[in-house]
Amino acid sequence: MSERSDGPADANLPDDVDAPDTEDLEPEADDSAVEEAAKRVPRGVPLKVEGLRKEFGGITAVDGATFSVEEASLTGLIGPNGAGKSTTFNCITGVHEPTAGTVQFRGEDITGERPHAIANRGLVRTFQIARELDEMTVLENLMLAPGHQRGESITRSVLPGLRGDVVRQESELREDAWETLEFFEIDHLAGEYAGNLSGGQRKLLELARALMTDPEMMLLDEAFAGVNPTLEEKLLDRIHDLREQEDLTFLLVEHDMDLIMENCEHVIVMHQGRVLDEGTPEEIKANEDVVEAYLGGEV
Amino acid sequence: MSAVDDARGVLERVFAPDAVKVFAMFAGIWLLFYWFGNQLGYTDPFILALVRRVTFLSAVYALAVLALNIQWGYAGLFNIGVAGFMAVGAYGTAMLSGSPGGSPPGLGLPLPLGVLGGVLAATVIGLVAALPALRLKADYLAIVTVAISEIIRITFNSPAFANVTGGASGFDNLPTNPVRTLLLTEPGSIISDPTPLGQPIFSLATEYGIQRLTVVNTVYTVGTLVVLLGVYLLLERIGRSPFGRVLKAIREDEVATRSLGKDTQNFKVRAFGLGCGLMGLAGILWYAMGPRASIVPVNFRPELTFYIFIALIIGGSGSNTGSILGGALFASLLFEAPPRIAAIIGDRFDVAADPANLVEALAPVVEGDLMPLAGFLLNNIDTLRFIGMGVLLILLVQRRPEGLLGARKETASAVSLADDTRPGTAPERPTAAADGGGDGDE
Amino acid sequence: MNRTNALDHGVRYVRTSPGATAVVAFSAILLLDLLAKLVGFSLGPLTVAGIDLGPFGGEMPFTRLVSYTWDGLVIGLVIGLASIGLSLTYSILNFANFAHGDYLTAGAFSGWAATYIIAGLGGLLPIVESAVHAVTGVGQRTIRNTDLVSLVLLETPPGTAGANVWLSPIAVVVGLAVAVVLTIAMALVIDRFVYKPIRGADGISLLIASIGVAFGIRYLVALVFGNSRRIVTSTDQLPEVTLIGTRIDAHEVTLVVVAILLMLGMHVLLQRTKLGKAMRAMADNRDLARVTGIPTERVIRTTWMLGAGLTGAAGFLLVLSQAGLGFTTGWRLLLLIFAAVIMGGIGSIYGAIAGGLVIGLASRVSLVWLQGDFSSFTSPAAFALMILILLFRPSGIFGGVSTA
Repeated sequence: MSERSDGPADANLPDDVDAPDTEDLEPEADDSAVEEAAKRVPRGVPLKVEGLRKEFGGITAVDGATFSVEEASLTGLIGPNGAGKSTTFNCITGVHEPTAGTVQFRGEDITGERPHAIANRGLVRTFQIARELDEMTVLENLMLAPGHQRGESITRSVLPGLRGDVVRQESELREDAWETLEFFEIDHLAGEYAGNLSGGQRKLLELARALMTDPEMMLLDEAFAGVNPTLEEKLLDRIHDLREQEDLTFLLVEHDMDLIMENCEHVIVMHQGRVLDEGTPEEIKANEDVVEAYLGGEV
Repeated sequence: MSAVDDARGVLERVFAPDAVKVFAMFAGIWLLFYWFGNQLGYTDPFILALVRRVTFLSAVYALAVLALNIQWGYAGLFNIGVAGFMAVGAYGTAMLSGSPGGSPPGLGLPLPLGVLGGVLAATVIGLVAALPALRLKADYLAIVTVAISEIIRITFNSPAFANVTGGASGFDNLPTNPVRTLLLTEPGSIISDPTPLGQPIFSLATEYGIQRLTVVNTVYTVGTLVVLLGVYLLLERIGRSPFGRVLKAIREDEVATRSLGKDTQNFKVRAFGLGCGLMGLAGILWYAMGPRASIVPVNFRPELTFYIFIALIIGGSGSNTGSILGGALFASLLFEAPPRIAAIIGDRFDVAADPANLVEALAPVVEGDLMPLAGFLLNNIDTLRFIGMGVLLILLVQRRPEGLLGARKETASAVSLADDTRPGTAPERPTAAADGGGDGDE
Repeated sequence: MNRTNALDHGVRYVRTSPGATAVVAFSAILLLDLLAKLVGFSLGPLTVAGIDLGPFGGEMPFTRLVSYTWDGLVIGLVIGLASIGLSLTYSILNFANFAHGDYLTAGAFSGWAATYIIAGLGGLLPIVESAVHAVTGVGQRTIRNTDLVSLVLLETPPGTAGANVWLSPIAVVVGLAVAVVLTIAMALVIDRFVYKPIRGADGISLLIASIGVAFGIRYLVALVFGNSRRIVTSTDQLPEVTLIGTRIDAHEVTLVVVAILLMLGMHVLLQRTKLGKAMRAMADNRDLARVTGIPTERVIRTTWMLGAGLTGAAGFLLVLSQAGLGFTTGWRLLLLIFAAVIMGGIGSIYGAIAGGLVIGLASRVSLVWLQGDFSSFTSPAAFALMILILLFRPSGIFGGVSTA
C-alpha cells in the first residue's frame, strides 16, 4: 500500500530505474553523458504543438496555435499581453487541458497528461513568479528535484536493510546539488532558506532546481523578469552553456523583445491566440505585422 | 547581565538535544504530579498510580499527535476526522480479537493479528473515505473529514448494527490486555497465579505495597512508551528522507512540486494512509486494551480530534519532537492537572461552599464573600478547563502559531546538508573551484 | 436559451462523470421506492450481507410523507437562516467558522432567558409599570413575585414561566429581539478580540481560532446555564390545526412566518442598499474578494452583524419549534449548516437558504427509507450528500446561478 506505485511516467523512462539520471551530472562522466544524450535523442523536433485551442468559459485564450521547437535550440515565444503565451505554456505543461489540438513531445502525444507526468518525460518548466519552497534550504530545494529517488518510498526510507541504499543515493544527490549550485554560482547560499533569497537569486535557484530533474527541454516563463542586469547576464550564460554542452532545448516566454532578439535563433510571435509569425530574429524584425501587433497590443 | 546570558547559553546547550527536552519534560510532569499526590495526602502507591495514569495519557496523546503531524505538519493535509480513524482502529482490533463467546462476539484472532487488522482497517477506511477528498482545498478537506468521523461514530452508535458493534453501549467484549497474558496464568483474573515472568515483578511490587492492578497498568504504560518511541523513530526517518522532503515541498507549494515531476496526489495519499493507520494504532492502545480500555461511541466525538489538534499546535506542527511535547503537555497540564489543582485549593482553603449556579456564586461577591464563587469555580473545573483550552488555542494562533518547536526547521534529507558536506571542502578534492565545478557539472 | 444550455451541460456532465450518474441512479431508486411505498406495493424483504434492509416499497401512508415534509421544512428554515450567516462569513472573511453553531446556542439561551424573565414576571406591561413606580412613585408595583434567578437560568418549569407564543407573545417577540441583539454583540466582541488581530491570516489559522472560540462559547454557556439539556417551551393551551394528518402548532407557524420575514428582509437589504450590493458582490465572487484584498472593517462589521443576527434568531426559533435546548444544541447542528452552505455554494445567500431547505427536508424525509433502527442515519445521510457535492460539484448545486 505504501509502496510507490509505478505510474505511467516510469514506463517512459525505463533506463532511469537502474542508472539514476543524476549520474549524468558527475564530472568524470562528462563526455560520455553528452555523447549518450546525443545518441539517445535523435536530432529533430522535440516539441510540436498543433492546432492548440483553449477556451475559458466563452473566452478563447488560444485559438489554434501551431508551432514546433527544434532540438538544442533557444526558441523565444513573444507576443503582446493577452496573446495567449502563458495559456499555451500551461497547456503544454499540463496545467490546463487544451480544448482542442495536440501537444507532442519526442513524437509522443502528451496532450492532457498531468503536469508531473509531463515533467517526468523531461519537459520541465519554471514559473513566472518564482515558486520557491520557502521553508526549505537552497540545497534541499535542489535535492527535491531529481526524479525517481529511492527514498521516495516509505518502506525503503524506513527499513534498516534498505535505508543504506537511500542514504547512498542521497549523498550522490548532495554532490550533484553542490555542483549545480557552483555552476550557477549560488553555492554560498546552500544553507539559506529559499524564502530569504532575493528575486534574482530565486530565479537562479529555480533554474538550478529544474536542471536537477535532468530535463531534455526547459520551458522558462519570464525567467528574466525582475532580474538585475548582472544576474540576467549570468542566467543567459548558463542557458547558453547548457544548450551547447548538454544539447538542452529551451523555449523562453519573454516580454523583453530585445533580449529574445539578441539571444534566440528562432522566434515565435503570438497574437490573439494564434501564431502570427515565426522565423529568425531578422525575419521577425522585418515583418510589419509583428510591429503592428505589438504597437496595437501595447495601446 | 552577561552572567544571565551565560546561564541562558548553557541552558540552551543542555536542552538542545531532543532527548533531553523530552526527558526533562517527563521528569517535570512526574515531579508535578508527585507533588500533587503529596499535597492531596495520597500514599505512595496511589501517587504511583496517579503518575502512571498521567504518563499513559501523555503517551497515547503523543502517539495520536505524531500521527496527525505526518498529515498536517508534514504534508499540510488538514484532517479533523482523527477521532473517527481512532475509532476504526479500536473497534477493528476489538472485533477481530474479542472472544467469540462474548457479546457482541469477536473473531477471537490472536491479539497481534487484531492490532494489525485494526491499523489496516483505519488505513483503508482513511484512504477510501478521504481519497477523493485529498484533491480538495484545505478547508473543504477539514469539513469532509469531520463529517466522515461523525458518520463513523454514528454508524458504531446505531442500533442497526448493534449485534456487531454493541451500538450505543459500546463494544464490551474487549480483547485481553496483553500485559495480563504476559504476567498472569489466568489473564481474566487479577488474583490468579503469576507467570514466571510476573512472579518477580509482583513480589517486588508487594514489598512496596503496590497493587497488582497498578503493576499491570504500569507495565502496559511502559509498553506504550516503547511503542511511542518506535513510532517517533519511524517518523523521524520518514521526515529525513526524500519522501519527507516531497511532503514538505507539497506543504510549501504543491504546484511547484508537481512541476518537478512529483506525483503529489500519490504522496499525499500515502502520507494520509500512514497517518490514519497510526491514528488507528493510537486508538487501539488507548481504548481497545490497557488501563483506559473502553470502546464506546461517545469516546470518539469530534472533541477528541480537537484535543489532539490543540496538542499538536502547542507542540508545533511539523516537528515530531514537538508533537510528543505537545501531546504530553496537553494531557498532563491541560487535562489532568486542573482537577488536582482544584482539589488542592479546595483542601487548602477549606472551600466548602457549593452554590447551585453562577448567580448564587456571584451575588455574595458584592458583600465581599468570595467563598461561594471559589466553590463554584472549583466544582466546575472541568468546564473551566474547556474554556481555558479555547482561550489557549486562540492565543496560540494569535501569538505563537508555530507552537513550541514548530519554528525549528528540520532538515528533510537522509544525509547531513551542512556546509562542510560540499565536495570542494573535502580534503581529497581541494581544487574544485567554482568554474571547474561548472565545467564538470553536466 | 440558458435553460437548454443547462440541459446540454447536464447531459454532458452525466456522460463524463460516472460518479454523478451513480448518484442520480441511486436517487431514482429511492424515488421509485417512495412511490411504491405510497401505493402500497412491496417486494422483498431484502437482505444484503446479513443486514436486513427491509422490503422494497412497502406501506407508507401519504399523511406521513406530508408530516415528514412539514418537519423538514421547519428545521430547514432554521438551518437556512443559520446558513446565511455562515455563508457570508465564509466567503467575505474567507474561513470556515467552526464556532457558528455555538453562536446559535448563545442566541437561543440569551433570547429564551429574556423571554422567561418577561413571561415569568407577568408580561412587559407590569414590568414597565413597576419600573415607573419604582422611579417616580406613580402607579403601583404589579410584577409577579417570582424567583428571578431560576427564570434567567431557564430553570423554572416552562409551564410556570409561560414560555409560549400564545400565552406570552410579547415575551417571545422581545426574546427574539434579544437573541438577535446579544448574538450580534457577542460576534462583534469576538471579532474585535479574536479575529481582528489576525485579520488577513490564512483560512486554516482562522478556522483553528474559531475552534477555540467554539470551545470558549460552548463551555461558558455550560458554566452559566449548566450542562443539562432541558425543555424550554410550553405547549400549554397552544393552538394547533391538523392538515392532511399533520399537526401544525402555533410555534411552528410562528417559526415559518418569522423565518420567511427575516429572509425577505435580508433580500431587500441586499438588493436595495448600497452596502448590501457591495457585500453581495464580494460574497458572490470570492476571486473579486481576494483581488480587492482584505474587506474594509465596515463590510466585516456588517457581515458579522447580519450573520450573527440571523443565527441568533435561528437559535431562538429552533427552540420555539423543537422545545429542547442544551449547551451543545448549536454544535450538533453545525455540520448540517455546513452541508447547507456547501450545497448552496459558498457565498450565495439564496443558495444557503435553498441548501438549508434541502438539508432540512433530506434529514426528515429520509426517514421514509431510514426506518426503525436506521433512523439514526438521517444526519449521516445529509453528511454523505454534502461530501458528494464537495467531490462532484464543489461550487454547490446552486452555484454558478447568479444571485443578482
